[in-house]
Amino acid sequence: MKIYGVAVLAACFLVGQLLGIYLGQWIGVGGNVGGVGFGMLLLIWANEHIRDDRPGADKTREGIFFWSAMYIPVVIAMAATLNVRAAVSGGWVAVLAGILATSACYFLIPVIARMAKPDEQE
Amino acid sequence: MELLTEFFIKNGLIVAFLFAGITLFIANWLSGKLLKKRIPGVAMAIFAALVLAYLAGGEKGVATYPVLAGLAILGGSMFRDFAIVATAMGVRFSELRATGWAGVISLVAGVTITFFIGGMIGYAMGYRDAVSFTTIGAGACTYIVGPVTGAAIGASSELIAISIAAGVMKTVFVTIITPIVAGRIGLDNPTTAMIFGGMIGTTSGVAAGLAATDPKLVPYGAMTSTFYTGLGVLLCPSLFYVLMTNVL
Repeated sequence: MKIYGVAVLAACFLVGQLLGIYLGQWIGVGGNVGGVGFGMLLLIWANEHIRDDRPGADKTREGIFFWSAMYIPVVIAMAATLNVRAAVSGGWVAVLAGILATSACYFLIPVIARMAKPDEQE
Repeated sequence: MELLTEFFIKNGLIVAFLFAGITLFIANWLSGKLLKKRIPGVAMAIFAALVLAYLAGGEKGVATYPVLAGLAILGGSMFRDFAIVATAMGVRFSELRATGWAGVISLVAGVTITFFIGGMIGYAMGYRDAVSFTTIGAGACTYIVGPVTGAAIGASSELIAISIAAGVMKTVFVTIITPIVAGRIGLDNPTTAMIFGGMIGTTSGVAAGLAATDPKLVPYGAMTSTFYTGLGVLLCPSLFYVLMTNVL
C-alpha cells in the first residue's frame, strides 16, 4: 500500500531531523545540523531493504515517489513566499555581499569537480 | 465576497496546490510554445513566483495575503524538507561514495570563501570592525548563519538585518543564475551537483536552482547543502570571529 511508503518516508524524515537537532546541540551550535542529509541517507538505506519479492513493494515505492515529485510545486510555493523585497532593499552591501561572494564559489565549482574526477575512475 | 475569502483561508493548503499547479502549467505552456523550451518551464515558474513575491512585498511574499497564506505551509520548511528527503529515492549510493571527500572539501571551501569575500565587501563599504565583518560575512553564507552569528557576537539589529538581506539575496541569485550558468560550470552530473551543494550551501537556493536545471540532480545538491548552514554556524562566530578580532 502507498501509505506504507509515505510512512517509511515519514520515519526517515523524523529520525533524520532528530539526529540533526541532537548533533546541533552536541556540537553546541543549536539548530539542525544535516537533518535532511541524515533523513536522505536513512531513506536510501530503507529503499535497499524494501524487498522486491514481497507483494506491494512497487506500491510502497510509489508512495515515496509521489512526494519526491511534489518537490517542484513545493519549491515554487517557497519562492513565492520569500521576502524578496527585503533582499533587494537591504542596501548595496547586502546585494553585493550576497552576489559577489556566491559568484566566486560558482567559479570554483569546476575546479573542485576536476579534482574529484580522477578519484571517481579508480 | 467575504464568504469566498473565508473559504479560501480555511482551505489554504489546497489553494496552494492549485496555485502551484496553475503556475507550472502556464510556465510549461509558455516555455513550450513561445521559447521552444530554451528556458525550462520550472525555471520560469520559479522566477515568476519570485516576481510575485516581490510585488506582494510582505515578509512572506504572496503569503502576506491571507487568501494565499497556504503557500507558506506548502513552501515552509516542513514540506520542503519532507519532499527533499523523498528525492533521495533517485540517489545511487556508489555516486555518493565517489564524491565523499570532494563534498567535504567543497563545504569547507564554500563557507570560508563566502565568509571572507562577503566580509571584505562589507569592509570596503565602510563596515570595518570585527563584529560587522563577521556578521556580514556570515550573512553572505545563508540567511540563517547571519543572524545566528550576529546574535552570538552582539551585533546591532541593523547589521543583523543586512546579514539576513545578504543571505536572502544569495538565495534569490542562486535560484535565478543556476540554470543559466549550469552548462558553463559542468553542472550536469551527480558529482558536480554535490560539490555545487557544498559550495553554495543555501538549501532553498540550491534545491530551486537544481530543480530548474535538472530535477534528477536535486537530491545530490540537497544532500551536501544541508550541512552548510551547520558548518557556517559552527565556524563563523567562533574561529572566524576570533581570527577577525586579531586582524582588524
